[in-house]
Amino acid sequence: MSDCLLEMFSLSVAYGDNIALHDVDLKICNNDFIGVIGPNGGGKTTLLKVILGLVKPFKGELIFNQQLLGKTKIGYLPQISTGDNNFPVTVKDVVLSGLMMQKGVISGMSFQDKKRATQVIEELGISELSDSPLSELSGGQLQRVFLGRAVIGDPKLLLLDEPGNFVDANFENDFYEKLKGLNRRMAIMMVSHDVGTISAHIKSFACVNRHLHYHPSSEITNEELTSYGCPIQLITHGEVPHTVLKKH
Amino acid sequence: MEGSIFQYEFIVKGLLGALFASITAGLAGTYIVSKRMVFLSGGITHASFGGIGIGYFAGINPVVGAAIFSILSALGIEYLSVRQKIREDSAIGMLWAFGMAIGIIFIYLTPGYTPNLMSYLFGSILTVTFGDIIALGILSVVLIVYFTLFYRTILYISFDEQFARTYSPFVNLFKYLTTSLIALTIVLNIRMAGVVLVISLLTIPPNIAMIFTKVYSRIVLLSIAAAFLGTAAGYLISYFAGIPVGATIIFTLVIIWSVVKGIDHIFSKVKVRHR
Repeated sequence: MSDCLLEMFSLSVAYGDNIALHDVDLKICNNDFIGVIGPNGGGKTTLLKVILGLVKPFKGELIFNQQLLGKTKIGYLPQISTGDNNFPVTVKDVVLSGLMMQKGVISGMSFQDKKRATQVIEELGISELSDSPLSELSGGQLQRVFLGRAVIGDPKLLLLDEPGNFVDANFENDFYEKLKGLNRRMAIMMVSHDVGTISAHIKSFACVNRHLHYHPSSEITNEELTSYGCPIQLITHGEVPHTVLKKH
Repeated sequence: MEGSIFQYEFIVKGLLGALFASITAGLAGTYIVSKRMVFLSGGITHASFGGIGIGYFAGINPVVGAAIFSILSALGIEYLSVRQKIREDSAIGMLWAFGMAIGIIFIYLTPGYTPNLMSYLFGSILTVTFGDIIALGILSVVLIVYFTLFYRTILYISFDEQFARTYSPFVNLFKYLTTSLIALTIVLNIRMAGVVLVISLLTIPPNIAMIFTKVYSRIVLLSIAAAFLGTAAGYLISYFAGIPVGATIIFTLVIIWSVVKGIDHIFSKVKVRHR
């Protein structure tokens, strides 16, 4: 796995008696951009959580390339609802929390760290909100803050859970452009239910429905999806030029 | 002369008590209000009454009994909620009344007269000893050091526990540690405000502070100031009017909150009109 960040071998995860992932093999390598699709409850989020160490597999192996991953390891953009957005914390503090994996439990952010945070916030176009409490932000603005938190530490692997859900229309293009730029520096794995939108940006697909089927190209047809046991409705985007779905 | 020395001691005790109560209540209160743990903290408070009762019965210091009881019940609730094996609010409701029941039973079984019972329920400065004040002082120092050293760790775990778990193996340790310190804060402040009223001593000041700011560290500082204003004023009023101190403090704090909230309401209306 010379240039691969992590590899999983016949990994299985269960919640109680419910098997969420069964015998999953997957490799994530430098500069990968993997779109993870599959039906609700099929195990997409579980796949992210097992990589993050939030759930433990009961079987199989997950090997990280510590050398390549470095100190920050993994950036993570959760579905928006994991934190309490009325908590009295500012935008800048949330972005800074993305550096915590490089820090110990003893607090303190250096001048350098704070400068970095200001820069990240500026790149996301929300400079004027830097000192605002989260409770004053819209859904789209929150999403940018959490993206900032995920990338401030310059991770080698970025995990995104349904980022499209809260991105407002005028940030959407920006958002995917930003991901494209980030992809030059880091591998990205993005969970989404909207195959149509993501297929324009990703390099490969993983269909997760308890099992995982890896599809090493961004083009995919309904027939292939069905044969993978990934029954999702392909969303046709009509004449929108970025759609690269084959006719079906 | 003797009267004035007594008066002097009384005022020093009261002001020191007010200062330490404010520091501990401000730090712990901001945490429980931000994390929406007020009901849990109420449960811990009332459960500690069981420890007071057992303390009386066994002839040990009731505060020690209460401290052990409240820390164990706090850790128990946290443990159960981490495991997600039980509905948290139901568990708290049960513990709340169970602690009170144990307290009442053991106090009833204790032979002889139990003169301080009312002071534990409603607080009394008359029965507060310098030992109690020193204990509160030590707790103040511990809390200041703890929250300063681990400020960001505590802040980020409270804000987004799941994200914190992605980078820190110490999330549960910090949750248990902070909850234990909050249980101790509650117990030591019971001497001032009593079992029934102490939860308001922790929750009103942060709510006053949050009218002015939504930044955690500033809420802490403003809460301490508001708590000191309320406890010191409440203490003096209770002393000169000869009414119970715990009730007077809570009454004063609610009045401060209402006035500040009212002024803020008027000002924000004016601002809207000017826009």
